[in-house]
Amino acid sequence: MSSTRPNQLFRNISSKIAAIPMIVTALFVFVGGTIWTVVYSFTNSGLLPRLQWVGLDQYERLWATRKWLISIENLAIYGLCMLVLVFVIGFILAALIDQKIRFEDTIRTVILYPYALSFVVTGLVWQWMLNPEFGVQKVVRGWGWESFTFDPLYSADIAIYGVLIAGIWQGSGLVMVLMLAGLRGIDQDVWKASRVDGIPTWKAYIFVIIPMMRPVFVTTLVIVVTGIVKIYDLIVAQTGGGPGISTEVPAKYVYDMMFQANNLGQGFAASTMMLVTVALIVIPWAILEFGGSKHRD
Amino acid sequence: MIDTTSAPLTGPQGPKPRKPFSRRNIFLYGTLITIALFYALPLYVMFVTSLKGMPEIRLGNVFSPPLEVTFQPWVKAWSEACTGLTCNGLSTGFWNSVQITIPSVILSIIIASVNGYALSNWKFKGADAFFTILIFGAFIPYQVMLYPIVIMLREVGLYGSLGGLVLVHTVFGMPILTLLFRNYFTSLPEELFKAARVDGAGFWAIYAKVMVPMSLPIFTVAVILQVTGIWNDFLFGVVYTSPDNYPMTVSLNNIVNSTQGVKEYNVNMAATILTGLVPLSIYFVSGRLFVRGIAAGAVKG
Amino acid sequence: MQNSVEIKNLDLQFGAVKVLQNLNLEIGKGEFLVLLGSSGCGKSTLLNCIAGLLDVSGGQIHINDRNVTWAEPSDRGIGMVFQSYALYPQMTVEGNLSFGLKNAKLPKPEIAKRIKHASEVLQIEPLLKRKPAALSGGQRQRVAIGRALVRDVDVFLFDEPLSNLDAKLRADLRVEIKRLHHKLQNTMIYVTHDQIEAMTLADRIAIMRGGQIMQLGSPDEIYGQPINKYVADFIGSPSMNFLEGNIKNGTFEMGELSIPLDGYEFGDTGAATEGAATMGIRPEHVVTGELVESTPFQVDVEVNLIEPTGSDTLVDCEVAGHHFRVRMDGQSRVSVGEKLRLGFAPARASLFDAKTELRL
Ligand SMILES: Nc1ncnc2c1ncn2[C@@H]1O[C@H](COP(=O)(O)OP(=O)(O)OP(=O)(O)O)[C@@H](O)[C@H]1O
Ligand SMILES: [Mg+2]
Repeated sequence: MSSTRPNQLFRNISSKIAAIPMIVTALFVFVGGTIWTVVYSFTNSGLLPRLQWVGLDQYERLWATRKWLISIENLAIYGLCMLVLVFVIGFILAALIDQKIRFEDTIRTVILYPYALSFVVTGLVWQWMLNPEFGVQKVVRGWGWESFTFDPLYSADIAIYGVLIAGIWQGSGLVMVLMLAGLRGIDQDVWKASRVDGIPTWKAYIFVIIPMMRPVFVTTLVIVVTGIVKIYDLIVAQTGGGPGISTEVPAKYVYDMMFQANNLGQGFAASTMMLVTVALIVIPWAILEFGGSKHRD
Repeated sequence: MIDTTSAPLTGPQGPKPRKPFSRRNIFLYGTLITIALFYALPLYVMFVTSLKGMPEIRLGNVFSPPLEVTFQPWVKAWSEACTGLTCNGLSTGFWNSVQITIPSVILSIIIASVNGYALSNWKFKGADAFFTILIFGAFIPYQVMLYPIVIMLREVGLYGSLGGLVLVHTVFGMPILTLLFRNYFTSLPEELFKAARVDGAGFWAIYAKVMVPMSLPIFTVAVILQVTGIWNDFLFGVVYTSPDNYPMTVSLNNIVNSTQGVKEYNVNMAATILTGLVPLSIYFVSGRLFVRGIAAGAVKG
Repeated sequence: MQNSVEIKNLDLQFGAVKVLQNLNLEIGKGEFLVLLGSSGCGKSTLLNCIAGLLDVSGGQIHINDRNVTWAEPSDRGIGMVFQSYALYPQMTVEGNLSFGLKNAKLPKPEIAKRIKHASEVLQIEPLLKRKPAALSGGQRQRVAIGRALVRDVDVFLFDEPLSNLDAKLRADLRVEIKRLHHKLQNTMIYVTHDQIEAMTLADRIAIMRGGQIMQLGSPDEIYGQPINKYVADFIGSPSMNFLEGNIKNGTFEMGELSIPLDGYEFGDTGAATEGAATMGIRPEHVVTGELVESTPFQVDVEVNLIEPTGSDTLVDCEVAGHHFRVRMDGQSRVSVGEKLRLGFAPARASLFDAKTELRL
C-alpha cells in the first residue's frame, strides 16, 4: 500500500483538463477581455490600442457626439416599445393558444419561424415589405386609398419604428413560447378553483395566473432586454443606420468607431457604456434570483 | 349493478350545447388567423418576389402571385450577383458558412458536453466559480470583447481566417451549451455513474460509453441550437474574417445593400431566401426539438 | 330524506375513451358519501362532472332539485377542495378566502362575517395575513377547506384532499373533517383511494371500477356483504382469504374438507345454488385457541410464516392448498412450523359464484 497522498493538483485530473477551455474562456475572454476594454476606454487609442491615459475624455466626447445621443435615444425608443409590445403580444398569443385550440402546432410553427431566421434576413425582408414604391404602401394605394402613406424607412422621424416592426415580427414568437411553457406549468387545479369561485377568465389571468408566472416573466425580461441592447445586424441590414443617422444604435456606433473610423478609444468607451447598461439589469436580477436563497444551484 | 333507470329525462341533459360560431370562437380563431397571416406574409412575399421578373415587379404589387414564373433570379443570386467588385453570387458565402458552421458546431459541442459532464459528475474545487463567470459572460455585450479577441487572434495568426471564426463561435457557444449539458447530465440518475465507476471505468470511458449514448436528444437540441445560431451570425463574420472568407449572411447583406447598379429586388429576395433556407429547414423538420432547444436555452440563458 | 345530489344516466367520454358509463347515483341531504376505487377508475372525473368542471357527454346532474347539467361551476352551489390545495399563491389566506366573494360582489360586512366564521371553525385565525407559501401542508389544506366553507353552500366536493399529507397529519385532519361534517350537516362527496379514510368518514361508500359504481352501501355493508369478489378483495387489509370449491347439499366442499353453510344468509335465491363457488373469509374473522370449539367449522394447519405488526400478528398457512391468512392478537406466541387449530363461522363468510363472481 502506498502511503503518500496524491498531490491535490492531480486529483480528478481528467476533469480539470476537460474544464480548461471553460477556464480559459471565462478568465481570458470574458474577464480579461472586459477588463482590457474598460481599461483602454480611458486611453486615446486610435487606429491601434495604446496606453496613453486621457481620463474620462473619451466618455465626455462620447456624450457630446450627436450620433451617440441619437443611438441612445433610438435604443431607448426601440427597447421600450419592443419590450412592451413583445410581452403583450407574446402573452396574449400564448393565452390564446392555451385555450385548447385546434391546429395548435401549426399556429405555433407559423408564429415562431421568424425566430429561426437571422436578423440580416429579417431586416432585408422588411426593407422590401416597407419599400414605399413596391411594398405595403403601394398595395394599399392600389386598393383605392390614394393618399395612404406608410414609409417608415424613408422618413427619419419614424424610421426606428420600421425597425421595430421587424424586431417584433422576429422576436415575439420566442416570448410566446416561453409564456406558453409558463402557462402550461401552472397547476390546472388553480384554474378549476377559480372557476368554482366564479372568477371570469380575464380576472383569473390578471390576479392569479400572471402573478404565479413571475419567474417566467423575469427570465423572459432579462433575455429580451439583453437581446435589445445587442441589436446590430437588424439595423445594418434594414436601414444601415439611415436615413441619415436616424436609426443608429450603440452596437453599431461601437463597430463603426472601432473598425471604420479608426477611433478605438471611442469604441471602447461606447462598449463600456453598453456593459454598464446590461449590468444595471442583470446584477439586480441575479441578486434577486440567486443571491437571496441558496437552495437552488 | 346499481341501475335505477327511471323515467326518460327531461330538461337539460348531455353536453352543454355550444355553437361552433360562438362569439368566443370567432374572436379566438379570428385573432389567431389574422396574427398567423401577419407572421406568414413576409415569407410568402419573399417567395413570390423571387419568382417574378423585374418588369412584373415594377408593375404589380408585392402580394400578387407571379404571372410568369422565372427561376433566373435564383440562379443569379446563387452564382452571379455582385458584391462590390466580385460577382460570384452567394455560393462563395454559402460554402464559407458551411466550412465555418460544421467545425464550429462539432468543436463547441464536444468541448461543452465534456465540460458539462465534468461539472455535473466530477466537480473539482473552484469549478463552480468558473462556471458562474462563464454564465455571467453570456450577458456581456459582444461589443465589449470584440477588440480584445481581435488582438488574441492576431497573436495566434488566425485573424481573418475561417479557423479564427470557428474558435470565436466555440468560445461564445460555451456558456449556453455548457449549461444545457450540465443540467442534462445532472438530471441523469447518479447510480448509473456510480455503477460505472465501480465497474472501473474512468472519466473518459464513462463519458463515451455511458453518458453520450444516453444523451442523444440533448445532443440533437444542441446541434439545432448551434447550427441556427452560427449560420445566422453576422457580427463575428464581419469582424473576424476577411472578405474572401465572409459567411453567407455577410455576403447577402453586401449583395442587397451594395449601392452600385440598379436594384434587382427579385434577385435580392432569392438571395434572402437562400440564406434563410438552412435554419428554416432545420426549424420545420425539427419542430418540437427546436422549441425545446430555445426554451431550454432561453429560460436559463 | 330529500336528495341533495342526483346523477342520472351520466356518460362521459374523452374522445373515444368512455370514462363514465350510464352512471346513476343519489345522495341525500347531509350525507357523507365517499367515492372509493383504484387509480384511474374515474373518481375525479365524476367529481369534476358534478362540479361542472367537465362537460358531460350524456345524462343529467341535479343539485338541490335543480337541473344544473349546463350550469357554471360557480352557480351550482358547490364548494371544492383539491388534492394540490390550489390556493392562489400570491394572495394572503384572507385574500384566498375572499376572492370569490368579492368577485360575486357580496357586501363587505358579509364577507368579513363569513371569513370570521370559517376561520373560527377551522382554527386558522392566526394565519389570515400569511401567504400560502408560509403555511404547512395541513394548514394549507385547512385554508382550502375554508375557501369552500365561505361559499356558504350545501354541497362540498373533496378530491383526495389528504393524500399529500403525511400519515399522522392525515389522521388528524380526517377526524377534523368528520367533526366539520357533524357541525355543518351539509352534503359531502369525498374521493379517496384510502379505505381507512373511506370507512371512518362515510355514511355510504360507492366503490367504483371502470367508470361504474360496483356497490353502494354503508361501510358495514361494504365490509360485511361485498357484492362481488372484486369489492371483497378491494376492501379490507390484509385482504380476504379465498377458497375455491363446490356447493353441494348446503355444504361447501373443498377436496376432503367440507364446510356446513347453515348460518349463511343467501342473497336473492334465498337458498344454496349448487355448483362451483368461491368462499371468502376475512383474516380477522378466523379464530384460534379456545374459541375454536364454538365455531361450526374447524381445521388443523401448520404455520408457514408470521408477520408481527405490533397490535396484531398475521399468520400465514395453507387450507386445502389455498394460501390462508389469520389475524391473531399481537400478544399470541406462535412460531413457524407449529400446528394450529383454526375455526370460523360460515355466517361471517361470503360466497361468490365462480363464474360471475357475484355474491350468492
Ligand atoms: N383529459 C383526459 N383525456 C383523456 N383521458 C382522460 C382525461 N382525464 C382523465 N382521463 C382518463 O380517465 C380515466 C379516469 O380518470 P380519473 O382522473 O377520474 O381517475 P381517478 O379515479 O381520479 O384516479 P386517481 O385515483 O389516480 O386520481 C383514466 O383512465 C384517465 O386516463
Ligand atoms: Mg383522481
